[in-house]
Amino acid sequence: MAKWGMVIDLNKCTGCGACVNACRIENNIPNVGEEEAQAGRALDWMQIITEYEGEFPDVRVTHIPRPCFQCDNPPCTKVCPVHATYLNEDGLVGQVYYRCIGCRFCMAACPYSAKKFNYYAPEIPESYQVIRNPDVTRRMKGVVEKCSFCHHRLSLAKDLARFENRDLREEDYQPACVESCPADAMTFGDLENPDHKVATLIHSSRAYRLEEELGTDPKVYYLKKEDK
Amino acid sequence: MMEDLRKDPDYTLFRPILESDRRFYWAVAFLGAVVLWALALYIRQLIYGLGVTGLNRTVTWGFYIINFVFFIGVSHAGTLISAILRLSQAEWRRPITRMAEVITAIVLAIGGLHPIIDLGRPDRVLNVFYYGRLQSPLLWDVTAISLYFTASTVYLYVPMIPDIALLRDRTTKFKKFYTWLSWGYVGTERQKHILERAMTILMVVVIPVAVSVHTVISYIFSMTLQSGWHSTIFGPYFVTGAIFSGTATLLVVMIFFRKFYHLENYLKEIHFRYLSVLLLVFALLWGYFTFSEYLTGIYGNEPMEMRVIRFKISGAYAPYFWMMVICNFVIPVIILSFKKLKRIPGILIASISVIIGMWLERLIIIVPSLSNPRLPVVSEPYVPSLTEWSLFAGGVAAFCLMFLLFSKLFPLISIWEIKEGRAEGLEAVHQRLESYLPDTPAVQEGV
Repeated sequence: MAKWGMVIDLNKCTGCGACVNACRIENNIPNVGEEEAQAGRALDWMQIITEYEGEFPDVRVTHIPRPCFQCDNPPCTKVCPVHATYLNEDGLVGQVYYRCIGCRFCMAACPYSAKKFNYYAPEIPESYQVIRNPDVTRRMKGVVEKCSFCHHRLSLAKDLARFENRDLREEDYQPACVESCPADAMTFGDLENPDHKVATLIHSSRAYRLEEELGTDPKVYYLKKEDK
Repeated sequence: MMEDLRKDPDYTLFRPILESDRRFYWAVAFLGAVVLWALALYIRQLIYGLGVTGLNRTVTWGFYIINFVFFIGVSHAGTLISAILRLSQAEWRRPITRMAEVITAIVLAIGGLHPIIDLGRPDRVLNVFYYGRLQSPLLWDVTAISLYFTASTVYLYVPMIPDIALLRDRTTKFKKFYTWLSWGYVGTERQKHILERAMTILMVVVIPVAVSVHTVISYIFSMTLQSGWHSTIFGPYFVTGAIFSGTATLLVVMIFFRKFYHLENYLKEIHFRYLSVLLLVFALLWGYFTFSEYLTGIYGNEPMEMRVIRFKISGAYAPYFWMMVICNFVIPVIILSFKKLKRIPGILIASISVIIGMWLERLIIIVPSLSNPRLPVVSEPYVPSLTEWSLFAGGVAAFCLMFLLFSKLFPLISIWEIKEGRAEGLEAVHQRLESYLPDTPAVQEGV
């Protein structure tokens, strides 16, 4: 059983935002418009958190791309009253949009602010229609959504592997954000498979996870930014 | 029949049901308008989605959840106070219990609706029953609140049966309605016995249920890992706050109806003084819990916890926080500690200040924790929209409206219990007092 995870090298990340945009296109994330985004209601599944340290002119800026951490012990799934968010058989935290009652308890419980809520019915502009991804369900007004590690790609890769009668390879399943990273800062794969790059990267001395002490056991690792 | 009723010493208690003056119609019209306005805005929210609120990505719970916790809190006084006073056979309870129980039933119905108002998909609310997960504190809530609502409405209704029978026999209005509700009660020995027994069982059942309700509501917050919420004292802290705000509401309601229906003869100053002792005790208890909660946080100095505490006591929410301390602690403790201030106007000021303070406390608990997420994501300040304010006003108006309408259907002071008090109370208290006193030893000769 694979344990899908991600490693993000903060030394390499430039904060360019390619992952955010790739995610928007891949997952049919609606554009909420400027006013709503200002009000803090953007729906981006991948978010870049910027940390500033120090006083001007000695400022150190760290960009932290934050997908859903797909925790192995997720605080969000525990509180869901209707089983609309759950840890699925691939070890990913799933969202059932058609069951969600929109109570937003999972949002309140997630320590990583990874969940997003559809405050209005999502609108996709005409010009975006051509790039709509048919593999990803479009969400409706009043439900919670979040990064799925491009789970639809895993389903596809699994089908393909079964069809070709072989095991799943590392390159078969890569989320859109990882694929798009121009700085090669993101690596994705099976954390428990020694052939995959991520399995060695998480043993790096720079590897850490955010708010690890909460015991949520996130499957996204970061490689600490070091001054050169 | 009516002439006969006019001669009854307790005619004042029947009067609101028999006649309505202009003030009543104006009040109903005004309150009804507010409720309709809120309803219209809620329908608008149903059409457009929760976007019409001021909620955002991090502050996902706002006014609706604050009001939910607040209203359910207010509902605590009623049944709990009434049950405790009845169980302890406090004679002065007689004119108070009914009003207390009505508060519970009405506010619980309004408060219980708030989580549904807050849902993004209210059309799917039944999923809670189809796919309910008992692991979720929300399910505990649904269970506890529906149980409490059932228990408290039954507990309101059962002691009201003899009064409904009185209305059936002695008035001409809504004859069929009263006949149906009175269940053929005529006051035989057997019926009285069953009634007393049912009341005793309900009293005992209702107390743990009431305590469980607010404990479970606090679990919604304390079961998460969020700083400021993840606290073990939240259960008793919420229950204390609930009884506190409920007692204050009961006092306000009593003072209002005393004036409105001229009940001065029934609700005497002594009733207010006794109840205000309870209010003072709970003000002190509240102060103690708040002190413990914040001292533990500040002393531990855990960075995330401290960020939320700083946000409350010296940051953006400082005005609300200190206002809460003044309203919940300083004002009631000062007013209620001095006999000179402890008259009805003083008690009214203290009670209103407690109601405001307890609402602020719910705000202080809910919003700052959500405004300070663990990761440094950008968090926009929460500004409630017109819809949220209107629905809040609508909730308060619905409470007043339903209370007024109730007072036109049923007596607000239990008539049979007053009559029973007059007939048997004095004797019973006398006997009870004698049983407390040490027996006087027979005088021995030669000592």
